[in-house]
Amino acid sequence: MTIEKSSNGDKLIIAVEGRIDTKTAPELESELNTSLEGVSDLTIDLAKVDYISSAGLRVLLVAQKCMNHQGTMTVINANDDLMEIFEITGFTDIFTIK
Amino acid sequence: MKELDITAVKDNLDTVMSFVDEQIEDIDCSPKTQMQIDLAVEEIFINIASYAYNPETGNTTVRVEVDKEIPAVKITFIDHGVPYDPLAKADPDITLAAEDRRIGGLGIFLVKKNMDDIKYEYVNGSNILTIVKDL
Repeated sequence: MTIEKSSNGDKLIIAVEGRIDTKTAPELESELNTSLEGVSDLTIDLAKVDYISSAGLRVLLVAQKCMNHQGTMTVINANDDLMEIFEITGFTDIFTIK
Repeated sequence: MKELDITAVKDNLDTVMSFVDEQIEDIDCSPKTQMQIDLAVEEIFINIASYAYNPETGNTTVRVEVDKEIPAVKITFIDHGVPYDPLAKADPDITLAAEDRRIGGLGIFLVKKNMDDIKYEYVNGSNILTIVKDL
């Protein structure tokens, strides 16, 4: 998994590439932990993610909870398979997905 | 039928995934099915690695059987840790708002939703969890 960050003022885009699983999710979590201060508009780009397990969902949920206090979070470019995982787990009602 | 006997620790996840993927690689299954199988294998193996022998470590056997007639793949996980029926746990409430959602608890739920059959038995000191995915 690789993570690419681009920020502009209080906007932050985090583009993830690869698999978000038990072994890689902690890396994404620590990246988010250290990047969200002062951010009010977070976008998570999943265009190059082809796999997410509950460990990854957990990290996205933590980010959503954090952003609920300080702004908005948008998940973009999730493929059909990821969308199905989000639907099964009710995350389509939690995330703003575009 | 192929079996892998391996120490149930998180660091062995990639080895388990590769083993399972090798067994099903010559079957014509969609990337989506492949992802669903990987997902189930990860969630179950990590569950065993996290809870079965905690705080000690122990082994788990991963058995993969492919039935090309049906066609379906059956994967069995056997550990000798504390008796634990993951299917007995209530499903998470997926209608709650983010603030009220519990962190975790989604793993086995995803397995249930993505597999065609799932069965748990405790026999002679062994937890035996079997999942079946139609191909």
